[in-house]
Amino acid sequence: MSTRKIGVYICYCGGNISDYVNCESVRDAIAGEEEVKVAKTTMFACSDAAQQEMIDDIQQQGLDALVVASCSPTLHLFTFRGVAERAGLNPYLYIQVNLREQCSWAHTDVPDQATEKAINLVKAGIAKARLTEPLIKTRIETVPRALVIGAGISGLRAALALSDLGLSVFVAEKSDKVGGWVAEFGRMYPHDRRGQDLIADLVREAGLRENVHIYTHAELREKSGSVGDFTVRLDVKGEPVTLSVGSIITTTGFVPYEPASGEYSYGTDGVLTLTEFKRLLDGSEGGLTYRGRPVDTVTYIYCVGSRGSSQKDTPNMYCSRYCCNAAMHASSLAHELSPAVHQFHLFRDIRTYGKYELLYQDARQKGAVFIRFDGEDPPQVEKSNGRFRIQVKDMLMAGEELDIETDLVVLATGMEPRPNQALNDVLKVPVGLDGFFKEIHPKLRPVETVIDGVFIAGTAQAPRNSAESVASSLAAVAKTAALLKKGYVELEPLIAVVDPETCTWCGECVGSCPYSAIEKISFGDKEIAEVNTSLCKGCGACVPACPQGALGVKGYTDGQIRAMIDAMMIDMVEASRG
Amino acid sequence: MEHGGGMAGDDFRPRILVFSTVTISDIGIDMAGSSHMHYPPTAISIPLPCSSGIRPEWVLYALTHGFDGVFVAADGTDCPFLPDCTDRTAKVMERAQNLLREHGLKPERLKMAAICSVCAEAFQRHMKNFFTDLKKLGSPGKAG
Ligand code: SF4
Ligand code: SF4
Ligand code: SF4
Repeated sequence: MSTRKIGVYICYCGGNISDYVNCESVRDAIAGEEEVKVAKTTMFACSDAAQQEMIDDIQQQGLDALVVASCSPTLHLFTFRGVAERAGLNPYLYIQVNLREQCSWAHTDVPDQATEKAINLVKAGIAKARLTEPLIKTRIETVPRALVIGAGISGLRAALALSDLGLSVFVAEKSDKVGGWVAEFGRMYPHDRRGQDLIADLVREAGLRENVHIYTHAELREKSGSVGDFTVRLDVKGEPVTLSVGSIITTTGFVPYEPASGEYSYGTDGVLTLTEFKRLLDGSEGGLTYRGRPVDTVTYIYCVGSRGSSQKDTPNMYCSRYCCNAAMHASSLAHELSPAVHQFHLFRDIRTYGKYELLYQDARQKGAVFIRFDGEDPPQVEKSNGRFRIQVKDMLMAGEELDIETDLVVLATGMEPRPNQALNDVLKVPVGLDGFFKEIHPKLRPVETVIDGVFIAGTAQAPRNSAESVASSLAAVAKTAALLKKGYVELEPLIAVVDPETCTWCGECVGSCPYSAIEKISFGDKEIAEVNTSLCKGCGACVPACPQGALGVKGYTDGQIRAMIDAMMIDMVEASRG
Repeated sequence: MEHGGGMAGDDFRPRILVFSTVTISDIGIDMAGSSHMHYPPTAISIPLPCSSGIRPEWVLYALTHGFDGVFVAADGTDCPFLPDCTDRTAKVMERAQNLLREHGLKPERLKMAAICSVCAEAFQRHMKNFFTDLKKLGSPGKAG
């Protein structure tokens, strides 16, 4: 075995570490370790001066592995990989040890034990570093085309934006018409333009673009390849269409919550969902009427199908976030149609965030009455003499019981994820507990998914209004452009690898891989498993499946884990066993 | 079965190996640290990409090489790789417990719980409880 030359740097973090961990003791404990050529403490490892010192050490002492014991890798893994790279070292020869979040800060009460633990952590880091090998990212040429799934407002807007950037776009819409829900809307807040008109403009514009192709009656059936270079097969009106695209944006939208029969008397004529009521408003002129009769009173019940309120077995726990605003807007449209109409809003909480607060103010100024009920004790709705009688306890009046007579009951129904099992099976994008597609990180990577090159946007991801949906679809466009305009992608090399000597091609691993990344190949005169480097995510799910121990994930190999366990044993055993 | 030899008593501080995950449970464990939530410093982690990738052999290795307990800080439903991560991890851990039994080690030495990226308190609680439980169990001694 070759001899390594490892540089180890132990960071004070300006006291964040050194106030609790005796960094000098840690250095002394590891300085004599075999293959450790440089062992230093430093005030701030991430400072320019400290980084330069590491680079100089690497170059002058010919170091071939770097260990920095400092903060959590989430903060500086890439910083120090960069240091290695600038010094001419492969970045995967760098190991970060978490001495702050997982040691000094967690054990401020017992500095001696924190120091012991720090020694063990650094020793484990050195043990891991000994077994590092240079890894090279795989480079894949990208195809300058994108597929957008779903032609609602998010999908259409994304298509135009991609086209603006010079990327060709295919839009696959499952239904027979484009425009999604917004195509059915009348006046929308705050611009007061009609949803139909917005969509018509987008469709007209798309028609003028040579690089935008919209397919209706189109469903994704197969996807192969990987980020930057997918081959997808669509079923378009029964005919197969095969396309080559570099990325996929999923904007498949939502379905409105459909109340259970009898939920707030739903199913009885005169109890409408928000969607149904909006349709009624959009179709009314010169006064609000229902089935030819003028409407005197409208009563809204909020949070139907959201926030745990449902008569179904598995209620949605999230807030649908758009319904408060939509109900306010409906209320203001109803008032415009019939200024004398009485409107009661039975709510749990009002979430008219941002500019929508003005709608709420407007509704109150126009005389709408707001009554707060307890989610545990919801209003009772019953039909009486052709109208409805609602009993509700007003939480803002110490639970006083109110009786409301109303012509219409409008249920402020929330959003639900569109049932899309067939599509999910092809895309393999994880869905959250709520059933919506899940991003990698809600704040930092809000439109990316674990499937590289597949993005999510609009209400396929979470309940949101059309403005928010379009904002997210344009974010997905930006990510797509960043990916495809460069012309190539580099794939993480921390992926699974099969040891051809020990593999007996039993096939156990194949089914364990959620990304279908394991294939059979010939190796000499036998058959073995091989990991497709562009499909493997490096999750390691296949590793415990192999009875031969032939599989490992680079950077987390069997040898590394065992060496780390061995290294962690040293001093603490003495200290803890006395 | 484990045949004594291991130590118990007041000054015994059981050593816990935590298998954590880079994208999820490490973030929760980091958060415990950033909030100065103390837990036994004999708990020390090795981060992996996903908890479903732990080899049962590593659990056995840890328990026969000085650790008194192994805690798997699983991704749970937040796993960015696998929607069925919890089930998969649980199955692998079942295999690991069987392996421990075969080697005369108590399966209670292996514990698993989902630790999400904001599960700082849960992590602290698990560490404290596991520490107390292991103190009662003593060290596995020379078994296996
Ligand atoms: S937006 Fe309003 S009505 Fe809709 S779920 Fe949230 S709080 Fe309830
Ligand atoms: S590491 Fe994960 S993605 Fe890669 S081959 Fe194994 S199971 Fe499949
Ligand atoms: S499980 Fe192991 S031995 Fe079997 S095919 Fe896969 S790598 Fe080869």
